[in-house]
Amino acid sequence: MTMTDTIPRSRLAPADALRAAGIGLKTRRLRSFLSALGIMIGIAAMVAVLGLSDSSRSDLLAQLDRLGTNMLRVEAGQGIGLGSAELPVESVAMVSRIGPVETVASVSNTDAKVYRNDLIPSGQTGGLTVKAADLDLLDTLQGQMAQGVFLDEAPADFPVTVLGSVAAQRLGIHDLTRRPAVWLGGDWYPVIGIMDTLDLSPDLDRAALVGYGAADRFLDADGIPTTLYVRTRPEFIDDVRGVMAATVNPEHPDQVEITRPSDALEAREAADSAFTNLFLGLGAVALLVGGVGIANVMVISVLERRGEIGLRRALGATRRHIAIQFLGESLLLAAIGGIGGVVLGAGVTAAYASYRGWAILVPQVAVVGGLVAAVVIGVVAGLYPALRAARVSPTEALRTL
Amino acid sequence: MNDVVLGLEAVRKIYPGTPPVHALDGVDLEIRRGELVAVVGPSGSGKSTLLHIMGTLDRATDGKVTVAGYDVSDLGDRKLSALRAHKIGFVFQQFFLLAGESALDNVADGLLYTGMALGKRRELATEALDRVGLADRRHHLATKLSGGERQRVAIARAVVGRPDIVLADEPTGNLDSRSGADIVALIEELNREGTTIAVITHDREIADAFPRQVHLRDGKIEATTRPRP
Repeated sequence: MTMTDTIPRSRLAPADALRAAGIGLKTRRLRSFLSALGIMIGIAAMVAVLGLSDSSRSDLLAQLDRLGTNMLRVEAGQGIGLGSAELPVESVAMVSRIGPVETVASVSNTDAKVYRNDLIPSGQTGGLTVKAADLDLLDTLQGQMAQGVFLDEAPADFPVTVLGSVAAQRLGIHDLTRRPAVWLGGDWYPVIGIMDTLDLSPDLDRAALVGYGAADRFLDADGIPTTLYVRTRPEFIDDVRGVMAATVNPEHPDQVEITRPSDALEAREAADSAFTNLFLGLGAVALLVGGVGIANVMVISVLERRGEIGLRRALGATRRHIAIQFLGESLLLAAIGGIGGVVLGAGVTAAYASYRGWAILVPQVAVVGGLVAAVVIGVVAGLYPALRAARVSPTEALRTL
Repeated sequence: MNDVVLGLEAVRKIYPGTPPVHALDGVDLEIRRGELVAVVGPSGSGKSTLLHIMGTLDRATDGKVTVAGYDVSDLGDRKLSALRAHKIGFVFQQFFLLAGESALDNVADGLLYTGMALGKRRELATEALDRVGLADRRHHLATKLSGGERQRVAIARAVVGRPDIVLADEPTGNLDSRSGADIVALIEELNREGTTIAVITHDREIADAFPRQVHLRDGKIEATTRPRP
């Protein structure tokens, strides 16, 4: 025998390392499942939070797109010393003369109340109001009719009403085929239409609308507009806003309050995203706890499996092979948890988004980020136990019974 | 000299402590190709230490150890691992089978660290299981086998790579006397087929079955019994 022939190296093919890791987990199914579950919950929470916030944001953008952001709402300012300020009667005409204004519609409060029938005590208004409305109010708000028709030239002077969605519900009107009527201002008013929810002006959801003519004739209303809805060409909205107050009420421009309803929707979104960050934080904590769980299970595993470590060293495994095997197990656990978490998170997103009628959006960054986070946690959690396993001396390991 | 598979020259092993323990105190031993040797001694005689040093799982404090022609003191940890992967087979008292694997895969694991492909490993493992008489138990999980069968699987794992030497540490220690006798018979048969085997045991009766016995006491070789020619 010559000393020149060298021994072939100890080798562990990646596929064999993976198999060894897989068998390690397979022999301890329940424990493996439970420790992967920790990671799974964390990843699922983060994917679902990101998915839901994206889905709801895309819904909001679609909503803003549909409703337009080029609408201003003009009201008489209310405040100390102002009393109940009013907009001048001629304000509608004045505003419509501003160049880039496309449409103006007004509503005017009345003192009338609306009830289901004439037997309801007068105090039980259900929080509903009666307003006189312009004929192009619905177009200006980009609203839709749920049923029936909006006020039109002819019926505007007759005692008929169009109900907001909440008003219709509270008055028990669900169906127009049987020509229902409501008790309004001391008379029966046939309901000719029910509006869909108005995202840009939720206060009108709780109103019964009548024409200005009818309000004047039957309800003894003054016809002074309380609120103007102004559509402008989108690129000039800030300019219009700048001159609006002085145009509406040249004498007291400070008593005019101008808002942009689409801002409220955007603010709601901002509030939502604050919650999103909070939930992301909670998801991260869950993930961290999951990682600690894996590290814990791996440390126990190394202690329990000293015999196996000794055997593998006797079979020719190097320290590195032992470390790779245990690191592989931890990585595999985390990856199973990560994949499960992404699937679960996407499932939750899909279920909730379809329940809310949103487009289902699971952002790629959440999927990739979730898997990367799982892998990183797997490596970090597995590193110490793997190094400990590699350091076990084979004679010590084989001595254990 | 050429057919010496394992050689120990003045090997000493001292475990530090107060007082230090002289587990091996100047052991000289040669095992030649094709031999079947029993190393026998009472507990505390240094048997386990001797097995670990012969198997390169531990290093001698001084003295020279050669395995398959390699001077072990020249080799680093990775080379020693390679030596174990290719040249040495182990059989342990506690079998050390992997619970989640079939008998076949447990045997194939004897070749895991040689870099051989899985298909080839299983092919050789099938042959080895056949040699130990467990061809029909191939797909049984290790946990479903009897003690004697488990030790046969462990022996198949030790011989599957046709190592230069097989070291068996109390191979019958966890078995009833009948299964133990079967295992001794199997070891003799494998030796007849050409495998070099060293069996470490405290059991004189078992040692008496083997052609050459090395008696160990207090870390020293007390006597060597050789077969009469």
